[in-house]
Amino acid sequence: MSAQHYSIFALARQALAKHRGWTPAWHNAAPRERYDIIVIGGGGHGLATAYYLAKVFGQKSVAVLEKGWIGGGNAGRNTTIIRSNYLTPANIPFYEMSLKLWEGLEQDLNYNAMVSQRGVLNLFHSDEQRDAHERRGNAMRLHGVDAELLDTAAVRKMASFLDFENARFPIYGGLLQKRGGTARHDAVVWGFARAAAALGVDIIQNCEVTGFVRDAQGQITAVETSRGQIGASKVGMAVAGNSSRVAALADLRLPIESHVLQAFVSEGLKPVVPGVITFGAGHFYISQSDKGGLVFGGDLDGYKSYAQRGNLPIVEDVCEEAMALMPMVGRARLLRSWGGIMDMTMDGSPIIDRTPVPGLYFNGGWCYGGFKATPASGWCFAHLLARDEPHPVAAAHRLDRFAAGHLIDEKGAGAQPNLQ
Amino acid sequence: MMINCPHCGNRDSGEFHVRGEAAQRRPDYSEGQDAFAEYVYGRTNIAGIQHEHWYHVAGCRNWLTVERDTRTHAIISVAFAREARP
Ligand SMILES: Cc1cc2nc3c(=O)[nH]c(=O)nc-3n(C[C@H](O)[C@H](O)[C@H](O)COP(=O)(O)OP(=O)(O)OC[C@H]3O[C@@H](n4cnc5c(N)ncnc54)[C@H](O)[C@@H]3O)c2cc1C
Ligand SMILES: [Zn+2]
Repeated sequence: MSAQHYSIFALARQALAKHRGWTPAWHNAAPRERYDIIVIGGGGHGLATAYYLAKVFGQKSVAVLEKGWIGGGNAGRNTTIIRSNYLTPANIPFYEMSLKLWEGLEQDLNYNAMVSQRGVLNLFHSDEQRDAHERRGNAMRLHGVDAELLDTAAVRKMASFLDFENARFPIYGGLLQKRGGTARHDAVVWGFARAAAALGVDIIQNCEVTGFVRDAQGQITAVETSRGQIGASKVGMAVAGNSSRVAALADLRLPIESHVLQAFVSEGLKPVVPGVITFGAGHFYISQSDKGGLVFGGDLDGYKSYAQRGNLPIVEDVCEEAMALMPMVGRARLLRSWGGIMDMTMDGSPIIDRTPVPGLYFNGGWCYGGFKATPASGWCFAHLLARDEPHPVAAAHRLDRFAAGHLIDEKGAGAQPNLQ
Repeated sequence: MMINCPHCGNRDSGEFHVRGEAAQRRPDYSEGQDAFAEYVYGRTNIAGIQHEHWYHVAGCRNWLTVERDTRTHAIISVAFAREARP
C-alpha cells in the first residue's frame, strides 16, 4: 500500500479541494495466518523496529501486534526530550546514533515529527557537580558528540529567570548539548506507523499477545492473541513497561521492575523557556511545548506500579523543585498530569538481545529515557531480528550482562531500579 | 497512598521507604553464582498482588511486609516483617 506524499503542494491541492481528498495515514490491518517476524508492542520502538525491518533489512512479512491502540503507552506519555549526553562508552555511541537518525527522520519518513534541536542544558550547583559535568562533557566530546560547559554568565544569557542566587542551590553553570531538544511524541508514532505500513508491514491494533506456542525443542512457532493464534518464525518483544508480564508468558524472569513516572503540563504561556533545562540539585526538568505549555517532571514515585498514575508526594516534590529553580513558575496553573509505566533495569541502561528461548528476542528496559532512543532502538532491534547478530552500537546491551558483571551503570546506583 | 503501620497507625506513604519484593531469598553460598545473580538482579515484577518490604523510616522504624496490588496501589494487608515472611 503506498501512502500519499505529504508536501506543501499536497497541502495546497487539498486546501483547494476543501481537504476532502486525504486518505488514512496507514492501513488498519487484520491478522494473517503467519508472518516471518512478529513485533509485540505498537509503541515507538515496536513501530520503528518494523519500519527498519522493511526498509533497511528487506523483510517482506512483518506484523506489529498492539494490545490497545498504537502510541497509547509510553510513546504517547513522555516529555519528548531527545539528547545523547551520556557518560558510559556503551551508551554514548548508541544514543548518538539515535540523535543522528532524529536529525534526518522527518525527510526519511515524509512526516513532520516536529524535531526541534533547541538544546538541553543540565545545570550544576556546586564545584563537585561542575567536575562531574565536565567529565561527562569530555566523555561526550571524545566520542565526537557536541557538549559545551557554560559558566553562570553564559547560563544567565540563556535563561535569566532562573534563581541563580538560591541560598541552598546556587547555579554554578551548566553543560549544554545544543543538538538535543524535543520532538512531538504522537507524530513519531504516526510517522513510523505510516512509513512502515507503506512498506507492507501489518499494524494490528486491539490484539493482545496472551501466550507463546513452542515446539518440542522449545522454539517459538506462534503467538496466542486475543484475535487468535498467529504463526511466526521470530518474535520480538518491545512492550516497555509490560516487559516482565509478557516475558513471564515464556517463563522468563527479567532484571526489570515496573515503576510509575509522572509528568505535568501547565496552561499555555508565551515563549519563555529556551530549550530543555534540568535542575542538578534534585531531579527536575522542564521545557515548553510549541503550544506554549510548560512540560515538566521529576522522580519516579519509587514503588512498583502498573497503574499508569502516581500519587501526591511526587506532585509536591516536583512542584517544590520547580519553585527552587524558577520561582516565576508558581504563577502558572497546572493543566494536566499523568503517569506512565517505566521498565527500570538494574543498571539504568536498556537491553536489546536474544533471550534463552529460541526465536524470542527482547527489546526493553528503557527506563525513563526510551523516547530519545526510538530510532536507534528500532534500527538495532531490526538488525538483531533480521541477522541474528547484534548491531555494533548495541552489542553491550545484553541480557546476561548482570550475571556476567558487565553492567552499563550510568549512575553507579547499584541494583536499585527506583534510584536510577 | 496510605499505609496502616501496625505500630503507628494509618500514615502517608511519604513516611516510608520501599525496599522491593519480599519473596526474594538470599541463596546459600553452595547454590553458586547464577543463584546469586538471580537474587540480586532478577525480579518477578508481577502485575497483581505482591508482598513487598517497606521501612517506616519517618515513624517507628519497623520493617513491614505490605501486601499490595501493583495494578491499583490498593493495600491488602500490613504486618511486621519479622512476623510475616511470604
Ligand atoms: C512521564 C514520562 C516521561 C518520559 N519522558 C521521556 C523523555 O523526555 N525522553 C525520553 O527519551 N524518554 C522519556 N520517557 C520514556 C519513554 O516514553 C519510553 O522509554 C518509551 O516510550 C518506551 O518505548 P515504546 O515507545 O515502545 O513504549 P510504549 O509506547 O509503552 O509501547 C509498548 C506497547 O506495548 C503494548 N503492549 C504491552 N503488552 C502487550 C501485549 N501483551 N500484547 C500486545 N501489545 C502489548 C502496549 O500497549 C504499548 O502500546 C518518559 C516516559 C514517561 C512515562
Ligand atoms: Zn510505624
